[in-house]
Order: sequence, then structure tokens, then C-alpha cells
Amino acid sequence: MKSKKKPANWPNDIYEVFKQVGIKQVAYVPDAGHTQLINACNADKSMKTISLTTEEEGVAMLAGTWLGGEKGAMLLQSSGVGNCINLLSIMNECRFPLLMIVTMRGEWGEFNPWQLAMGQGTPPALQNAGVVVQRVDRAKDVGEFVSAAAQLTFNTCRPVALLISQRIIGFKDWSK
Amino acid sequence: MAKKFKATLDRRAAINRILEKRGDALVVTGLGSSCYDVGAAGDHKNNFYLWGGMGAAAMMGLGLALAQPKRQVLVITGDGEMLMGLGALATIGTQGPRNLSIIVIDNELYSETGMQPTHTARGVDLAGMAKAARFPRTATIYNDAQLKTWVPKLYAPAGSAFVAIKVNDTRYPMAIKLRDGAHIKNRFREALLGNAAFD
Repeated sequence: MKSKKKPANWPNDIYEVFKQVGIKQVAYVPDAGHTQLINACNADKSMKTISLTTEEEGVAMLAGTWLGGEKGAMLLQSSGVGNCINLLSIMNECRFPLLMIVTMRGEWGEFNPWQLAMGQGTPPALQNAGVVVQRVDRAKDVGEFVSAAAQLTFNTCRPVALLISQRIIGFKDWSK
Repeated sequence: MAKKFKATLDRRAAINRILEKRGDALVVTGLGSSCYDVGAAGDHKNNFYLWGGMGAAAMMGLGLALAQPKRQVLVITGDGEMLMGLGALATIGTQGPRNLSIIVIDNELYSETGMQPTHTARGVDLAGMAKAARFPRTATIYNDAQLKTWVPKLYAPAGSAFVAIKVNDTRYPMAIKLRDGAHIKNRFREALLGNAAFD
């Protein structure tokens, strides 16, 4: 049973922060949780949106983005975090900023057991790779957290991942 | 599998022939021999040397080319490095930056790790893969005459270019000692962006 949901506000809050910060390149591997934000970025002619085949491409690309004087961000889901690990070494060795907006699976109300490994593994995997990990649990806080994560990464030149709780993305009742 | 051609080009001679015409082009290297070769051709503030992150070079070139559409961007990497990130060909092909040229120095070997054959030694055609991924300009280069005709094309912002240059298996010593990643990045950005690098 699927009910029609009205659009959430938090994806647009992220988009507004991207505009304020001056994000020019948005790399993504599609995720249902990021659909609205991806569509908003695609519709904005002042942003370049780059669909990736795998998340590690985005890490490398955003190093080049910063090298060329632009700011970028990557949208991904937790299952793609593991794909990034070796290339995150570039960000640490070179002190590149990296803004990762990670929609979480495998935690709050998950139905798919295959999502748990990377869902539960995402925070320690990122921390072990030298990424500053922050987390937002309430929809109304998302904009503020993205803004703070952007300031942190672009001013300290350290990779930062903001995890968006699965609770914000919504509970799917798969028993029906 | 029988080879049609024996590779005779020397990797450093090939890279010198390309980089002597670099003008204001921006250069990203892959790790390993191509990094050392580019350093040996003459250090430059707008060289970005990857000493790690295998598979990253082509995508780093894409981010740079999108950020700097008026500058030509050259990625100079090896066959093993390119093979590790083949999805990048599809991503770059769909973006279609006019100012990006990817140059694979293809000795058909993992020369840093004991000279094991790569898949290009077994007939995998990297230029063919790039063409299939919508790169408008692609070639496999076997000799100096072909290379000479391609050098100006690599600097022409006329659509993404991909060339695999078949080279012999000569190994050279590391010719560059510059390894500090933060320094390489900051130097590159300051040369490209001036004071805005620190805004």
C-alpha cells in the first residue's frame, strides 16, 4: 500500500544552502532519499550535476573541482560509502574539502537485511578513513546542519560527511 | 593472442613530445610511472601529481575541466590506473567536456608491482571503450608519426579526447621527489587562482 506523500521540506533546505554556499558541481549516485534534491539541482542552470557510476568517482572528481577553484558536493546513500574508502586518502593527504551528504539506510525501521552491513558500518568506516562525521536526526535541522558541515569542510579543508537519519527519510511499512 | 604491432615508443619521449607544447594547460597524473614521467619532463606548478588513489586520475580531470572550461586539461596516466576506474569513461562521456584529454601511457604492464600484464596485454581496447562511452575523439597510437599528428589535437578544446599510447616496457627511476599532497594542491591552486586560492 503506497500513500501519496507531499514533498518534504528538507531537500529544498539543502538546495538553498548549496545556493548560499556557492556549490557549482553536484555529483551523485541516485538514492530515493535524494530524489527531490537531485531534481532541484538538475533544474538549476548555474549548477553542474554529474551522475556517477560509483561513489569513488565523486571523491576524485570533487578533488579536481576544488583544484579548479569551484565548490562541489556529493549525494550518496550509506551503501555507497564503502566504495569511497581508498580515494578518501587523497582528501586527507592533500587536505581537500569534501562535502558528502549521506542518506542512511540499514538503521531506523529498515526492512532489507542487506542494507545493514553498510548502514551500521558507515560511521566507523568514514571515521577510520579520516572523515569528520556529523549526523542530523530531525528534518527541521537539516538546513542548519548542511550549512555547518559546508563551513567546516570548505574552511578547514577536511572531508566531512553529514549523515541524514533514515528516520527523516521516512518509514516504509513493508508488512503490507 | 597475436599482437598486430610491437610497441616501440619510449614513454618519456612520448610524454616530452606532448608536454613541450603544453602552453597554459593543466595536467593531472595518475600514480606510478606516469607521475614520475611527467615530473621528469619538467616540474610545473600546474601539474597535479597523484602518488596514490589508483583509479582517480580521469575523474579528477573531469572535476577540473568542468571548473576551468577555458583551460585545456590533460590527464596523463597508465593502463593499469585507467582500468581501475573504467566507469569514469562513461561518466566523462556523458558530461562531454570539450577541454579534457585523457592520455594513457599503455605499456600493457603493472610496472610498479612486478611487470604483471594488464588486460590491455590481453587485447582489451581502451580507446575503443572510450569511443563506445561517447568520447568524440579517440585513437590508439603506435608510432611517433601518429603521435605528432595527435599532439595539437590534445590541446584543441574540440571535444573530449582519449588516446592510448602504446609504449615499450622500459622502466625509469623516480625523477620527482615532490610528494607532499597538500603542498602539491596548494601550489597548483595558487598558480591557477592567485590570491583567490586562499579565499
